[in-house]
Amino acid sequence: MKILVCISNVPDTTSKINFTADNKEFDKNGVQFVINPWDEYALTRAIELKEAKGGTVTVLNVGEADAEPNIRKALAIGADDAIRVNANPKDAFFVAQQITAVAKENNYDMILMGKESIDYNGSQVHNMVGEMLGIPSIVPAFKLDLVDDNTAVLEREIEGGKEVVEVKLPFIASAQQPMSEPRIPNMRGIMTARTKPLAVREPVGADVKADYVNFSKPEKKSGVKMIDPENAGDLIKLLRNEAKVL
Amino acid sequence: MSVLVFVEGLNGEVKKSSLEAASYGSQVAQQLGTTTTAIAIGDVQEAALAKLGEQGVSKVLYDGDSRLNQFIADAYVKVIAKAVQQENAKVLVFSNSNIGAAVGAKLAVRLNGSLATNVTALPTIDGGSFVVTRGVFSGKAFADVALTSDLKIVAIKKNSIDITSGGGSATVENFSADLADADFAVSPKETVMQDTNGGVLLPEAAIVVSGGRGLKGPENWHLVEDLAKELGAATACSKPVSDMDWRPHHEHVGQTGITVSPNLYIAIGISGAIQHLAGVNSSKVIVVINKDPEAPFFKAADYGIVGDAFEIVPKIIEAAKALDK
Repeated sequence: MKILVCISNVPDTTSKINFTADNKEFDKNGVQFVINPWDEYALTRAIELKEAKGGTVTVLNVGEADAEPNIRKALAIGADDAIRVNANPKDAFFVAQQITAVAKENNYDMILMGKESIDYNGSQVHNMVGEMLGIPSIVPAFKLDLVDDNTAVLEREIEGGKEVVEVKLPFIASAQQPMSEPRIPNMRGIMTARTKPLAVREPVGADVKADYVNFSKPEKKSGVKMIDPENAGDLIKLLRNEAKVL
Repeated sequence: MSVLVFVEGLNGEVKKSSLEAASYGSQVAQQLGTTTTAIAIGDVQEAALAKLGEQGVSKVLYDGDSRLNQFIADAYVKVIAKAVQQENAKVLVFSNSNIGAAVGAKLAVRLNGSLATNVTALPTIDGGSFVVTRGVFSGKAFADVALTSDLKIVAIKKNSIDITSGGGSATVENFSADLADADFAVSPKETVMQDTNGGVLLPEAAIVVSGGRGLKGPENWHLVEDLAKELGAATACSKPVSDMDWRPHHEHVGQTGITVSPNLYIAIGISGAIQHLAGVNSSKVIVVINKDPEAPFFKAADYGIVGDAFEIVPKIIEAAKALDK
């Protein structure tokens, strides 16, 4: 079983989000980066499948050198090797083309990633890769099991419910809670991660189709209006007459 | 040239999120001086489709193949791609649902289009440039994105576009993409719809009532459910509540759960951890009820009540019952 897990390097959930003075780019200054939380569900499930059935887990990141601490963290959690495509990921289409190029050179049995990244919230890359490779994409999945060496069964969220899908390998799936319980690397994992292979390759020539021209932040709330708990029912009047949402 | 809107049906009706997409599409068509066509599939009545004229749609293409009642990505892509070509569509509009985002991404590859998901506002169109605003950084920021391909594909965040009305009636035409069995190769073995007790589905809801650990146990959820029922709202919960199995996972909103952006979000007994805020911070109005005056959620709220949920919520339910609906 050869599994490819794609990870994004994203600002920690608690980060204050700022942009450069001209609002053209995200300001990385003082920001702690983590493995995209959704990708951790994919990574952990891949490692669980490897532990149960044998095989290898390769992690792939499309990013610059500053992503390497988190790639090493994925290796410490239990991936076997890593590939970094050395590029500033410009849009989903660009990233999907990089993943597709790597996938075409290696016959992965499955490609997993999170259902979206918490920075750009695009939820596009998995389906784009599936379309580029001509393999099924099952998104967003919260359960993934192997039936046999050629078949997997997944449960995925649909609007207002869930579906059970059986699919032949190879396929691509995006992960969400509760597919697995993300792990914290242990000391042995951290030591062995240092010597696991991390290959760096240059991007394939790829189009950018969505050009980020400007960033802005939402208007600050004007402040909270407190209501006397004795007269809690007044809330309903305020919601109707003042906020106009009822 | 035209604007094409993908319309999802549910129980014979057009989904609310698709009415938003149609309203968006018609306003874009007006800017471009062209017409709006809808492509509809699945379980939806002809009369409901004709009413899309209210939102400015002039023509609806309807593929009634019953195999399309389930979401089969490859089949959907084929139907919509054919409609794009037939209508010479330059702008393709989806709701940012699980279906819209997925099919949009596949079509962007197949038809060489530019895609923006999670779009929150009408585009700025200036000569050849087409710039949309989309939500990024889990509700903490917006990005303006120029879509540079000939075909622009947008998926509209739910509850971010007002549903327009006052148009006419749309003509409904039968449409077929001559789907083969192979297009349904990856089909679900089983589909299980959530029991909403006649209530509202969380991702579609304009109002959400949500409960946290402050409710002390699943046996107290009638407070959340009764208030939701009075307001026509969907119910939701915080991560600890779903982790403890008080409530199902599909109700969990937050960083690793569902992201919602209703007009009104009422949080009962939720402290407002930053991971929770990431899932709700684009709600238009937030009400926080918590016994701890220092709960961080109050900083993100529009209205707050400090006190015991078990005393406060019944008072609000009473007031909601008295409301002239």
